[in-house]
Amino acid sequence: MIRFEHVTITYPDASAPILIDVSFEVPEGELCLVVGVTGSGKSTLLRAVNGLVPRFSGGVLAGSVVIDGRTTSDVAPRDLADVVGVVGQDPAAGFVTDYVEDELAYAMENLGVAPDVMRRRVEDILDLLGLHELRHRPLASLSGGQQQRVAIGSVLTAGSRVLVLDEPTSALDPAAAEEVLAALTRLVHDLGITVLIAEHRLERVVQYADRIVMVPGDGRPVVVGTPAEVFGESVVAPPVVELGRLAGWSPLPLSVRDARRVAGPLRDRLATIDTSVFSRSPNSLGEVVAITDSLQASYGPVTALRGVDLEFRAGEVVALMGRNGAGKSTLLNHLVGLREPASGAVQVLGSQPHRLSARDVVRVAGLVPQDSGVLLYHDTVSAECSASDRDAGLAHGATRKVLDRIVPDIDPLTHPRDLSEGQRLGLALSIVLASEPPLLLLDEPTRGLDYGAKQRLVEVLAQLAADGHAVVIATHDVEVVAAVADRCIVLAEGEVVADGPARDVVVHSPVFAPQVAKVLAPLALLTVHEVELALAAASDSSYS
Amino acid sequence: MTAPRLLHPGAWWLWAVALAACALRTTNPVLLCLIIAVAGWVVVSRRADVPWSRSFASFLRLGMIVIVVRVVFQIFFGVRVSGTTLFVIPEVTLPGWAAGVSLGGPVTIESLMAALYQGLRLAAVLACFGAATSLCSPYRMLRALPTVLYEAGVAVTIAFTFAPQAIVSSRQVREARRLRGRSDRGVRAWTASALPVLEGALDRAVALAASMDSRGYGRRGSSSTAVRRRSIGLVLLGLVAIAVGSYGLLDPGAPAIFRIPALALGAAALLGALIAGGKSTTRTRYRPDPWVTPEWIVSIAGLVAFGSFVIVGRVGSALSPSTNPLEVPAVPFVAVVGLLIGTLPAWFAPHPPTLASTSAPLVVAA
Repeated sequence: MIRFEHVTITYPDASAPILIDVSFEVPEGELCLVVGVTGSGKSTLLRAVNGLVPRFSGGVLAGSVVIDGRTTSDVAPRDLADVVGVVGQDPAAGFVTDYVEDELAYAMENLGVAPDVMRRRVEDILDLLGLHELRHRPLASLSGGQQQRVAIGSVLTAGSRVLVLDEPTSALDPAAAEEVLAALTRLVHDLGITVLIAEHRLERVVQYADRIVMVPGDGRPVVVGTPAEVFGESVVAPPVVELGRLAGWSPLPLSVRDARRVAGPLRDRLATIDTSVFSRSPNSLGEVVAITDSLQASYGPVTALRGVDLEFRAGEVVALMGRNGAGKSTLLNHLVGLREPASGAVQVLGSQPHRLSARDVVRVAGLVPQDSGVLLYHDTVSAECSASDRDAGLAHGATRKVLDRIVPDIDPLTHPRDLSEGQRLGLALSIVLASEPPLLLLDEPTRGLDYGAKQRLVEVLAQLAADGHAVVIATHDVEVVAAVADRCIVLAEGEVVADGPARDVVVHSPVFAPQVAKVLAPLALLTVHEVELALAAASDSSYS
Repeated sequence: MTAPRLLHPGAWWLWAVALAACALRTTNPVLLCLIIAVAGWVVVSRRADVPWSRSFASFLRLGMIVIVVRVVFQIFFGVRVSGTTLFVIPEVTLPGWAAGVSLGGPVTIESLMAALYQGLRLAAVLACFGAATSLCSPYRMLRALPTVLYEAGVAVTIAFTFAPQAIVSSRQVREARRLRGRSDRGVRAWTASALPVLEGALDRAVALAASMDSRGYGRRGSSSTAVRRRSIGLVLLGLVAIAVGSYGLLDPGAPAIFRIPALALGAAALLGALIAGGKSTTRTRYRPDPWVTPEWIVSIAGLVAFGSFVIVGRVGSALSPSTNPLEVPAVPFVAVVGLLIGTLPAWFAPHPPTLASTSAPLVVAA
C-alpha cells in the first residue's frame, strides 16, 4: 500500500540529508509504528507519504514514494486526499471548520461526494468513532481526545484507506490516549485500514503494532521488522520490554498482559522487598514555597478551578495529573502570575505573583510552557543566553552556565529552531532557571521527547529538587511521574481528587499506574531501575 | 426570534464591506465615529464565543495606532498648510534632490485636523474589517468562497486566517515575554514582539494550509490543464483590475479609467472565471448555509447605509467638511438614519449558538 524506494530527503540549507536511502513497504491492513529518537526524521517520513514533504516544507526528495500505485512526485497532496489521510500532532491546528459535523464532511465536500452519500458516511463515522453525542458541538469545546478522534474521523469520511498519524496521543491524558488507540485498532482489524503511526511513548502503542519502522537518525539505515525483532536490540524500548530484558524473558513481552503471565516467579522473588526504601522521607523537605488558598478560576462561563488548597515545599518534585482540561495548566498559570485568581489567593514566597512586575516574578516562580519554543525568539543560542542575562539582571554568562549543566556542548551559534526537541527544552529551562526561582513549574515537559532525553530531564529535575527548588510538573506521562515525582496531585474538573506520595497515588490506579507497577502489582515498584535495585537487595539478603 | 444559528458569512461580509465603503466616502469625523460605533455595537451583540471574536478590539487598537502615526507624520513631514499656527518645528533645508519633501516648519491646527480626519477614516475601515472577522469565522468564509478562487489555494487560506492567527499568536508571545521577565507593556514590548507574532501566525497559517491541501482543498477534479490555466488567468486579471479600481476610487487624483471601468473589468473577469471554473468543479456542500430573511436584512441594512452616503455625497459637501478654514462638521440627517438602519443586524441577525446551548462543558486548552 505504501512503498518507499531509496528515498533520500534533504531540507534546504541543511548540510546533510535527514533521511538517507530509506526503503520499506507497508502492506494493506497493517498497523505500522515508526519509532526513533527525536529529530531523527520520523515526522519527515510521515509527511512524505502524501507529498507534504517536500511540497510544503521545501527541500529535495530523491527516490520515490508510491502510494496505492501513485507516485507522490506526480500527484499533489490534494489529489491523494481520497487515498491518504494525515492527522498531525495538534489536531486543532488542522481544523478547517468550527463544528464537528462540518469538519467530518469537509474532505468529502472537496472530493465532490454526493450530498446523500455524505450524510450517510458522516453518520457511519460518528458511530464508528463514538462521536454521535458530539455532532453539533463546536470543535473548540472538545477535549484533546475527542478532537483527535474528530481529526481521524474527518479523514476517514473521505474514504482513505491509509491513515498517517504523527504522535496522535502525545497531548492526551492516558485515558484519552487509550480511547484513540482503541479506535485505531478497531479500524485496522474491522476495516483493514492501513495505519502508519509515529509515537514516542511506545508503552502506549507497541502492543498494537504489526510492524516497526525504526528510524535511527544519524545516517544509519532504517530497520524494519516485527516488534520482537526490532526491540531485541533497539535503544528505544518501552519499560515492559526493558523489564523483560532485565528478567531474561524470551520472547520479549510487548504488553502488560504478556509480561504479567510470565512475571509470577519475579513477583515471588521480590515479594519480601520493603518498597518504602525507595521513597524519600517527607521530613527531608524544606520550607513552604507556594500556597493556594481556595483558589477559583474561570474562563467566561466555565469554572476551571474550584477551591484548590495546595502547598508546595522546597525540595519536592510534585506531579500534577488529570484529564485534558482538568485545570492543570490553569493552576500553573496562576502560580506564575499569568492569570489573576477569580477568588481565593495564590502566594509564592509571601507575595501574590500576578501583582509582581515581570522582572520580579521570574525571581520567585518560573514556568516552562507546554510549547517551550515560544520562549525562544532570538537568532542564536548565545543571543538567547545573553538576552536572558540582561532580562533578569544577571552577570554575563549566567544562563550559559546553567545551560552547560543541563545540556552540555550546544554550539552557541546554532539557531534555536535547529536544536533537537530535548535541547530546545533544555535551553528554555535554563532561561527560566537562570534567575533561580525557588518555584519551578513545567507544563508537559516530556511531550516529543524520546526515552533518552526524558531520562536526562528526570536527572536534571531530581538534581534541581535536591538543590532546594520546589518543582511542579503537569504531565500525562505516567512513566516520568514514576521516575521522578515524590508527590502526586490528581485534578478532576478543577478539584483536587488525590494528593499524596506518588507511589500511593499511582500504584493502584488503572489509569495512572506505570507499566512496571501493572506487571508487578500488588508490589509497589514503579520503574525498571527500582526493580533492578530490589533484585540486587533480594539476592544480597538470600546470601546472608 | 429565530433559533441560534450562524448567519451566512456572505451576509456579514457584505454588510461590513458596505459600512467600510461608507467610511471611504467621508472624512466627516462625526460620521466616522458613528460608523465605528455601529460596527462595535453589532459585534458586541452578535459575536460568538470563539477565539477570533475578540479580534475587534485588536483592530480598534490598530486603528488608534494608524491615527497617531498619521498625525505624527503630518507634524514632521506633512505639506505645510496656512492657518492658525500651533507651534513651529525647526525647519530643515533639504538638498535639491529631495524637493517636494518638507521637514519641520509651522504646524497649523488646520493641517492637524485634516490628518486626524484621514487617520480616522482608515481606522473606521479597519473597524469594519475587524467587525467582519469577529462576527464570522474566517473558516466559514473560506468555505463559502466560490470554487474558482480555490485555484489560489494556499495564498487565499493564509490571507484569510492570518489576522485571527496573529491575535492568538500575540497572546502567546505576550505571555512568553512575561515568563522571561520582560515587561509586557510599552512601545518597546510591542516592537520586540512584532516579529515573533508574525512568524507564529505565518507558521499556523501554513500548517492550516497544509492540512487543507491534504484534505483535498483546491482539488483539480476532472478539468483539463487548458481550462485551469484560463480560469487562473481570469482570476488574476480580475483581482488586479479590482485592486486598481479600488485604489482609483480612493484617490481623487487617479485617471477616470482607473475607477469604475477598472472595477467593471475586474468584476467581469471574475464572473468569467466563475463560469469557466464552475463547469468543471466537482465540489459539493454538506449542509449549505441558507440565505433567508435574516441574511437579507443584514445585507440590505448595509446597502441602505451605503446608499444614504451616496445620496448625501450627491447633494452637498457634508461628507467632507472643510478643514481650511476649519469649521464644525455638519451632521447630515440622511446619513445618520442610514447608519441607524445599519445597526439593525444587532437585533435581526440570529444569535450564534453558544457553548452553553450545545451543552458542552468547555474544555480549556490544557
